Amino acid sequence: MSEELFTNLAIFVLSLLVGFEVMSKIPATLQTPMMSGANAIHGVVIVGAFVIAAEANSTLFYILAFFGAFFAAVNVAGGYTVTDRMLGMFDRKPKPGNNAGEGDQK
Amino acid sequence: MSILQTCSSLVYLVSAVCYVMGVHLMRSPKTARQGNGLSAIGMLMAVVTIVINVLIEGKITTMGWGVLLVGGILGIVYGAVKAQKVPMTDVPQLVSLFNAVGGGAAAVIGIFDYLMKGDGASLSIAFSLPVLLDVIIGGITFSGSLIATGKLSGHVSGKPITFPGARLLNILVVIAILGSAVMMIGFTTNVWYVVLGLAMSLCFGLLMTLPIGGADMPVVVSLLNAFTGLAVAFAGFVINNQVLIIAGALVGAAGTILTLQMAEAMNRSVANILAGGFGTGDSDS
Repeated sequence: MSEELFTNLAIFVLSLLVGFEVMSKIPATLQTPMMSGANAIHGVVIVGAFVIAAEANSTLFYILAFFGAFFAAVNVAGGYTVTDRMLGMFDRKPKPGNNAGEGDQK
Repeated sequence: MSILQTCSSLVYLVSAVCYVMGVHLMRSPKTARQGNGLSAIGMLMAVVTIVINVLIEGKITTMGWGVLLVGGILGIVYGAVKAQKVPMTDVPQLVSLFNAVGGGAAAVIGIFDYLMKGDGASLSIAFSLPVLLDVIIGGITFSGSLIATGKLSGHVSGKPITFPGARLLNILVVIAILGSAVMMIGFTTNVWYVVLGLAMSLCFGLLMTLPIGGADMPVVVSLLNAFTGLAVAFAGFVINNQVLIIAGALVGAAGTILTLQMAEAMNRSVANILAGGFGTGDSDS
């Protein structure tokens, strides 16, 4: 096993553990935004799209690189936008249990 | 390591920290929006870094820039416009669509690197194993998420779709996937091995999602989201890029926990949902 592979494997395993740990019990209303937020994070695959586009040198490879860039860009741009819109809904809504407080009546 | 590599690795590390902190902040409604913003900043840093890298290395052809810019801009416009315009009730299918393209992009990277090695080249298992995991998982999430999108939006019937012989077909497809895996690992590169692997994983994604009812789709989308994370992590192994490995593994693990929680909230087990066809059609939802 090369040193490079071992380093990558160690990073992979430790990141999995971080992923398991960082995710504790979350309220049901946040489950969909969280899913969408995680979905946006794997849009980092766009870095890979740049890497392959930099190596492309024939028609087939250009076509593959095009789809890589297009797919990844949709994932990143759409993922963050839609997550932000979803979470924006929370800002406007009065907090549960705190609505119609004295502040509103004055 | 050159200065460029050192700086890039450090920026990638900072962006990885942003993703972890972002997920951490997203657990509470008060900080969720900042969390998403922080993760977006991390993403922007990673993109700027790779652009600078590609510019300085200068190996990219004009045509390479062409496909990157056209593909990237089309993707950004399409994704952002869709995300802005979608009614809030249609968000789940859109997330599923974005998940599908993420898996597709990961699969494309695996296919590209496998073909780049050239026909007839012999591969080390350290290269071929991540490639085949990347292509197979990416393929499954691509077609699976597209079917999930269809079911959520009503283009595909929300009822569990089963047909006689589905189980046998499933087994055959799995055997074909394993066969392509053996060929990709054990034999010299051949275009058709990876084409077979991709085609069969696309079939598996369809067969896996079709028998599941529309009401269970959000859990399935979350599970496929975790799959995409893993596919992206394996793409990171393929191109030897740590930020892909970290972000992919993070999403893979966090997505798995989230899937379990979502299933629990519905009083279902994930295994139960994946078995499908338990009267979970739209009429019951």
